[in-house]
Amino acid sequence: MTEPVLEVTGISKQFPGVRALDGVAFRLFPGEIHALMGENGAGKSTLIKVLTGVYQADEGRMTLDGAERRVHDPPHAQRLGISTVYQEVNLCPNLSVAENIFIGREPRKFGRIDWARIRRRSAELLARLDLDLDVTAPLGAQSLAVQQLIAIVRAIDLDAKVLILDEPTSSLDRGEVERLFGVMRRLRDDGVAILFVSHFLEQIYEVCDRVTVLRNGRLVGEYPIGELGRFDLVSRMTGQELHDLEQLEEAAPAITRGRRLLALEGAGRTGAITPVDLEIHEGEVVGLAGLLGSGRSELARLVFGAEAADTGRVRVGEETVALRTPRAAIDRGIAFCPEDRKADGLVMDLTVAENIVLALQAARGWTRPLPPRRRDELVGEYIRKLRIQPPSPGTPVRNLSGGNQQKVLLARWLITRPRLLILDEPTRGIDVGAKTEIQKLVVALAGDGIGVLFISAELEEVLRLSHKVEVLRDRTLVAELANDGSLTPERLLGTIANGAS
Amino acid sequence: MTTALALPAVHRRHVPVLVTFGLFVLAFATGALRYENFGTAQVFADLFIDNAFLLVVAIGMTFVILSGGIDLSVGSVVALSGMLCAVGTSRLGLPGPLVILVVLLVGTLFGAAMGYVIHVFEIQPFIATLAGMFLARGLCFTISEKQISIENGFFDTVALNRVALPGGVRVSAGAIIALVTFAAAVYVLHWTRTGRNVYAIGGGEQSALFMGLPVARTKIQVYAISGFCSALGGVLFAFYTLSGDGLHAVGMELDAIAAVVIGGTMLTGGSGYVVGTLLGVLVLGVIKTMLTFEGTLSSWWTRIAISVLLFAFIALQRLVGIRRRARSSPSASSPAPASPSPTS
Repeated sequence: MTEPVLEVTGISKQFPGVRALDGVAFRLFPGEIHALMGENGAGKSTLIKVLTGVYQADEGRMTLDGAERRVHDPPHAQRLGISTVYQEVNLCPNLSVAENIFIGREPRKFGRIDWARIRRRSAELLARLDLDLDVTAPLGAQSLAVQQLIAIVRAIDLDAKVLILDEPTSSLDRGEVERLFGVMRRLRDDGVAILFVSHFLEQIYEVCDRVTVLRNGRLVGEYPIGELGRFDLVSRMTGQELHDLEQLEEAAPAITRGRRLLALEGAGRTGAITPVDLEIHEGEVVGLAGLLGSGRSELARLVFGAEAADTGRVRVGEETVALRTPRAAIDRGIAFCPEDRKADGLVMDLTVAENIVLALQAARGWTRPLPPRRRDELVGEYIRKLRIQPPSPGTPVRNLSGGNQQKVLLARWLITRPRLLILDEPTRGIDVGAKTEIQKLVVALAGDGIGVLFISAELEEVLRLSHKVEVLRDRTLVAELANDGSLTPERLLGTIANGAS
Repeated sequence: MTTALALPAVHRRHVPVLVTFGLFVLAFATGALRYENFGTAQVFADLFIDNAFLLVVAIGMTFVILSGGIDLSVGSVVALSGMLCAVGTSRLGLPGPLVILVVLLVGTLFGAAMGYVIHVFEIQPFIATLAGMFLARGLCFTISEKQISIENGFFDTVALNRVALPGGVRVSAGAIIALVTFAAAVYVLHWTRTGRNVYAIGGGEQSALFMGLPVARTKIQVYAISGFCSALGGVLFAFYTLSGDGLHAVGMELDAIAAVVIGGTMLTGGSGYVVGTLLGVLVLGVIKTMLTFEGTLSSWWTRIAISVLLFAFIALQRLVGIRRRARSSPSASSPAPASPSPTS
């Protein structure tokens, strides 16, 4: 075997409260396309940031072409031959295509920039990748896919030995992905080492040679892609060993289906999620399962109107509605607890009481303030019901534990008496006790006739709570599985990995 | 993606400059038709003579705005520079060229210091240069609360002599200096890496950083250039008035910003041309000249005209900008995780 062009060993990186990388080793060989896989918090992006010099590792060694190196910052990484193309194209849309390829290292003649040469060289470089563009046009006039290819052209012309592609395919359509893969294969054949990060399983199997799996900041293993089936890959990523799952108590709750609350009929959004058929009834808990990036959150955002559907119909009750804004969804009794409670939901410096009444007050409008007595009653009621600790309305939310913060967020929406509640990863990052309480609460809410759309990366939790499980894969709803006792964890995992049930 | 699609986009970037050019021609032609002796080469040349300092200051401002920043200190730096010229020559009796050299150096360092503060402490340019504006204005009055007239042979010679051009047109040294500054600015912005880095940072500072461009150095350079241009503008202003006064050039930063914006440069940075700024200054100048020829209108009408123009140009930029964005990102799903909660 040839020598790896890039090798790291024993890399650790500590952030306040989190060990993002713990003794990770990773190798990249010239002339290979290597996938880096892992779920949320696995440490993928931290590892990439260490490789590109955005972060400095606390421990560990890195060798490049056999020589030990430290990468100080991204420009230094570029000089060493490690170039990165991010999902968000980091080029300047106001400059021309040619200039974006050459800026910072423009060829000069008599001290001034040689524009003719820049244009000629750019056209040549693009032609090598079968791109025929007007290189004097502004970059912003090109499609995102072409912008990404231009970013790759820039990286390659910087004599990159290592090319890191961080989720380049997230916003591309099928044809554009093919084009990108063609370029990647050609570069691989030229001896470039490519590190490819994608949430799309099929793409990994289509284009990659080897795969490294991370989980919770640790290395799970490095495998030739041909020797690792989809099922094994997914179980290694999620860490859900089957024997663990089988010990799960069969607890599919009794179904008392009420009226239909919401129906998606072929509703989808280009680039976010392919058209979906889905019904949610009163008192029903619908679980969304799938890997990170499979389209779970996109589907939830569609239901909440944070992203408007551009195909199909959405019905609330019997009425066809256009959920174009969250406001429209809220007015129809749909509530959404987002995944990132710090960024999207809670105002950390406000008190528990203020956070709880925020949505209700917003719904009333600022001209009709909530009477203080009514407010205190409501807040007290929900602090009791959800057992928020400490039970004092005046505590700033910042001082609460993660689980109690989550309850405050839940209370905010419950107080508006929603008919359909969307919970995106409500139990992530909170302790086991609080987790169980929130799970119980979901069951109780469904018992009261509220429909719940429940998103979680933990299959166990989805299976325990849901009446039916919708499985998403590569932005497509691949299966609807009734949780009627015949649904085993194995079958669910298999569906997530392979698509067919 | 084809040439046919991309070409209009290239032209669209030139639209604001072409509009300003058309506006200037229209205004000048109107003046020439309405007033006797307006449509002469000398009136045109006078536009450069009377607005030389504004042109130089606005050129510096163009660099800053192209990089996505703003410099509010320029008017005060003009006043401070004029004051230093007056003190250096009349009070200290130093030779004129030496005084000018020192003044240019002081202005450049003043700008570089603001750029350093903006970059290192990540302070908004608006605030940092507002502080610079107060500082420079305050320094003027610590030097002298009264006007100081400049009595210096070098200054007198430069200020009073006119260079004769073919056709009997005469221009001042100030106008020539302003035009040389303009030519230098065009060269730097278009033909040097520093200039292109200014555009890149204005287009996206984060991207520029990821592309390995010297963002810190360029940002400091941009404010240093603006400081230099303000100091040079101050020297030209001293030639023009032959005095230094702490009350000189009050609000000139706003005239400079107006000229840049009317010249078609985007306040968000990354898009615009220094030739637009030249045209912007000329448009402001021709309006002032027309009011002078009219004779009966208050000079404050200039402000009203400027305000109307500013609104018109900002609206134009929005239209051009919106259409460009609508074309460029139909496929991109919104990357911003727009908060689904209506309350936050």
